[in-house]
Amino acid sequence: MDKIKLDAWVGIFVAVGVISLLGLAMKVGNLTSNDIRETYSVIAHFENIGGLKPRAPIKAAGVVVGRVKSIIFDTKAYHAIVRMDIDNRYVFPKDTFANIYTAGLLGEQYVGLEAGGDMDNLAEGDRITQTQDAVVLEKLISQFLYSKASEEEE
Amino acid sequence: MKSLINFFDKVGYSITSRINRLGTAARLFFLILISSGESFKRFNLTMKEIYFTGVMSLVIIIVSAFFVGMVLGLQGYYTLQKYGSSEAIGVLVALALVRELGPVVTALLFAGRAGTAITAEIGLMKATEQLSAMEMMAVNPVGRIIAPRFWAGVIAMPILASIFSMVGILGGYVVAVIVIGVDEGAFWSQMQANVDFRYDIVNGVIKSLVFGVACTIIALFEGFDAPPTAEGVSRATTRTVVTSSLVILGLDFILTSFMLGG
Repeated sequence: MDKIKLDAWVGIFVAVGVISLLGLAMKVGNLTSNDIRETYSVIAHFENIGGLKPRAPIKAAGVVVGRVKSIIFDTKAYHAIVRMDIDNRYVFPKDTFANIYTAGLLGEQYVGLEAGGDMDNLAEGDRITQTQDAVVLEKLISQFLYSKASEEEE
Repeated sequence: MKSLINFFDKVGYSITSRINRLGTAARLFFLILISSGESFKRFNLTMKEIYFTGVMSLVIIIVSAFFVGMVLGLQGYYTLQKYGSSEAIGVLVALALVRELGPVVTALLFAGRAGTAITAEIGLMKATEQLSAMEMMAVNPVGRIIAPRFWAGVIAMPILASIFSMVGILGGYVVAVIVIGVDEGAFWSQMQANVDFRYDIVNGVIKSLVFGVACTIIALFEGFDAPPTAEGVSRATTRTVVTSSLVILGLDFILTSFMLGG
């Protein structure tokens, strides 16, 4: 095998490898759609986060605007502190409402933001004060059963 | 009493010889790292080895990737359609390939296709005293023979694994979209929504890099360590495949648990 042919084959090999890696990144992965780069982080306190996980999406009106950075349990107040990274392009008023929703019946959980009416916007390190916990099915059922039972007593 | 001592003797010998071999392999690894300057200065040496280990493995990689992808598509479809979510087939095929099957199956095929060739070649070189002849001519056999093969394997493996994943996804596409008739838009968009570049694709590439290092170092060491006889070389070749496969599967578990846990 002469040298030029060998070099050409290796070149083709490497080129095919790079193309397939690029193909994986662009066509299969979310490198093109995932353009959240510059973020600011805010925190929110929840009594119950249900099944929320780090890296869960944060959505406003269904659009992904950020990701959950970390979730820690506060042993002083006994609630969960969720740190969220939100894309710099999106600003939210200070009285924004944070809910934990479930995507579909069995889907993953995400944080839904609903903008309030405050004139000031959330900045780095701020805390979202108005939150609503995840719905826990067992609690819901037991509440329903209790209310049914109390109705019948009356 | 004598047989008991004999027994412990055997156990002790097998343990110490194993540790000895591990130590020799580690020393060979560092020796390669130290004397690998030549394989980059004279890159055509490495180039030739990339041709033998990488380009010549392309056929087996592409064909097996295509079939693996098609089987994943078929099997995934039959299970997912029971739950009425056959559109998720793209996610299943892509994640299975990018995270696990791409790096692992590529490494297993690589150990069988290229690792054995490396072991046999180096074992025979040693048996016919070519390595000693080089040393006599003041040519460092590790720098001239072993290091280029090591770097060729390390470079070729991630490339082969990416090709494997991409071709496998195309195989899944052929079965799911063209043959079965899953919606094409849903196939790709669900895949893009659920495959993360940093967490899935980059981790897959890191895995294949680690497998590349492990596979080639095992193949090189077995060849270098082989007794200089026909039987010794053949046994070393067998050991290359067995050890590489076990190490790949074991490392895969360790790496995955770190990547998913971290």
